[in-house]
Amino acid sequence: MAAAKSPKKSNTSKEDLLSFYKEMLLIRRFEEKAGQLYGMGLIGGFCHLYIGQEAVVVGLEAAASEGDKRVTSYRDHGHMLACGMDPKGVMAELTGREGGYSKGKGGSMHMFSTEKHFYGGHGIVGAQVPIGAGLAFADKYLETGGVTFTYFGDGAANQGQVYEAYNMAELWELPVIFVIENNQYAMGTSVQRSTKSPSLWERGAAYGIKGEEVDGMDVLAVKAAGEKAVKYCRDGKGPYILEMKTYRYRGHSMSDPAKYRTREEVQKMREERDAIEHVRDLILQGKHAGEDELKAIDKETKNIVNEAADFARESPEPSLDELWTDIYA
Amino acid sequence: MAIEILMPALSPTMEEGTLAKWLVKEGDEVKSGDILAEIETDKATMEFEAVDEGTVGKILIDEGTEGVKVNTPIAVLVEEGESADDIDTSSKTSDADKGSDTSSDNGSTESSLDDTDTDKPMSSQPAASMPEPEPVEDPEIPEGTEMKTQTVREALRDAMAEEMRGDDTVFLMGEEVAEYQGAYKVSQGLLDEFGSKRVIDTPITEHGFTGLATGAAMGGLRPIVEFMTWNFAMQAIDQIINTAAKTRYMSGGQMNVPVVFRGANGAAARVAAQHSQDYAAWYAQVPGLHVAMPYSAADAKGLLKTAIRGDTPVVFLENELLYGQSFDVPVMDDYTVPFGKARIWQKGDDVTIVSFGIGMKYALEAAEKLAADGIQAEVIDLRTLRPMDTKTVIESVKKTNRCVTVEEGWPVASIGATISSVLMQEAFDYLDAPVITCTGKDVPMPYAANLEKHALVTTDEVIEAVKAVTYK
Repeated sequence: MAAAKSPKKSNTSKEDLLSFYKEMLLIRRFEEKAGQLYGMGLIGGFCHLYIGQEAVVVGLEAAASEGDKRVTSYRDHGHMLACGMDPKGVMAELTGREGGYSKGKGGSMHMFSTEKHFYGGHGIVGAQVPIGAGLAFADKYLETGGVTFTYFGDGAANQGQVYEAYNMAELWELPVIFVIENNQYAMGTSVQRSTKSPSLWERGAAYGIKGEEVDGMDVLAVKAAGEKAVKYCRDGKGPYILEMKTYRYRGHSMSDPAKYRTREEVQKMREERDAIEHVRDLILQGKHAGEDELKAIDKETKNIVNEAADFARESPEPSLDELWTDIYA
Repeated sequence: MAIEILMPALSPTMEEGTLAKWLVKEGDEVKSGDILAEIETDKATMEFEAVDEGTVGKILIDEGTEGVKVNTPIAVLVEEGESADDIDTSSKTSDADKGSDTSSDNGSTESSLDDTDTDKPMSSQPAASMPEPEPVEDPEIPEGTEMKTQTVREALRDAMAEEMRGDDTVFLMGEEVAEYQGAYKVSQGLLDEFGSKRVIDTPITEHGFTGLATGAAMGGLRPIVEFMTWNFAMQAIDQIINTAAKTRYMSGGQMNVPVVFRGANGAAARVAAQHSQDYAAWYAQVPGLHVAMPYSAADAKGLLKTAIRGDTPVVFLENELLYGQSFDVPVMDDYTVPFGKARIWQKGDDVTIVSFGIGMKYALEAAEKLAADGIQAEVIDLRTLRPMDTKTVIESVKKTNRCVTVEEGWPVASIGATISSVLMQEAFDYLDAPVITCTGKDVPMPYAANLEKHALVTTDEVIEAVKAVTYK
């Protein structure tokens, strides 16, 4: 990890640290539960877990303000939880039930929330990038002062439309933050096997876009970089790129045996760089909370996730009438 | 040897133009590269350069003359010692026809579109005048409404301008829509009225700006995206279908994508395979999209206004050859045409001819010629393909018991094939003959003039099909 790591001794407030801890833990427990439900056949199709990458969305959401927008790929559960969407509605969408955010018609990869300004959930690799630029275009046009977080992976970074979006975003100085979640594998193809570019964020320079690499396993570093990028965008200077160096612990999707990397590689990341453990250490070292208090948070988080899972099992399947609704305005 | 200077064709579809200004006068010496004149087409004013050297012996067409046919001699260059008076040019005007197909159906694709001309020299061609039956049913136009003659191009521009005046969130983006005033001049004048915030030139980046406009629509705006032609939209079809069309459904109805994708669709003239394709059947298949393909200027205007106002993504298929065609357009404050409602252009009892877009040209020409043979055709313009007004077609077939469909696109899985299938299922007992689908041929569009003409659907084929289903 080339990027600077935040100091062990953090001057981040107790409230912030505890909130990061809770939010990251919620994503992890939620995803573990989703994995279980998938194994039980309650979730079908594709299901892409976010485990390992939690610091990216939690850090960036901490830098966002009310009204800011976000759009991402199909690995989207973490983004939805981090922006405040209801775990029950997300989980029920995973199980394809009436209580899901899309009434069971979208599934894991296609969820939206107008209320939380979450614009999907996109199943086509890279497609969300010009869409994110378009959301920012709308903000600039309507003078809302909003910023759009446009997330995509290292795999999508090789799609042509990403660079079409870069070009227009800089040309028209759109308030969009391009967040490259570089988890090092595009499905089974490592970054090294897909490009000779030494870093992905530097490609923005070809279009005049500034950016930087960030330690995506460190929520404090993510938040700091996010604040800088948000200020840059809100000041009307145009887009900004953040390349988050991160890592997914699980396979690309539930059906991925992950033979393209060693068990040791994953284990090493978990042990040495885990984002949640990092914050846990900061909390304990700073004596912001004791083990008991953290245990209580763990318990509370498990309860939230269990309730979401119960809801997702109990919510009925959508009525057959739903087949024919929501096609036309 | 004197050299005739001919009216140049300055675009693939140009058939005539205005000789706006002479920059030389009789007696002037010119050399290759000198600008001789300014020629105005319906899209642009172009400078016309000399290719040969000589003295301008005679100017044959005065400046300011409108409707000068391509290949009409406009001036004569003479060499030293020659006199322009010795030159007889009058017999040569028919050269204007050279280069176009001389087969029996000559004119069905080209000259017939020029009915608004008053003095065309192509009198040797078969009369291919546009039939102009009274519109039989159009409840959107109150009786006694004043009409004005307008081109499809002007009608489309007016529709955009009116909607942009009424709603600040409506904007237009695309290649060359602003400063260039539109590659086909459809957006002429919009930049001046609405400014660069709302009339936006994009880089050549269809995939990118289609996605961007789709995102802007999700973010609260109402974009109109102009594709220079729909051929280029294939680079962007993922965003049109996977994002624009499906988002409302995938979001459980939370999120609308009110975007209009519009531009020239189908064959123009001699631009060959990659620039000549009809996408009607492609987009008509996609749930979540509305698809319009107007023929007349009034429908172009009314449907585009409806499209811009709606919350559904719309694929709006225009036609370059129709842009310059004039029709009656009602003078109304707010003229809109609903989607999913066909228009019966003319009533008839013997056969139902169903078409849309430029296919209507062939349908109406055929109907006129058939009338001379005593066959009365009912001609239906679908106007929108999704939703598709099959009810009007079925009702008509219950009366005529016969149906012929006409479209420019390919035959496999065509709009005609869909109509045919609907009639099989819902009007089988009323059919006295199999439905015949007249379509473009199942080939990539060739370049050669004669091949192109035969690759397209022809009026003769429509007539033949009607005679077959009426057993005449």
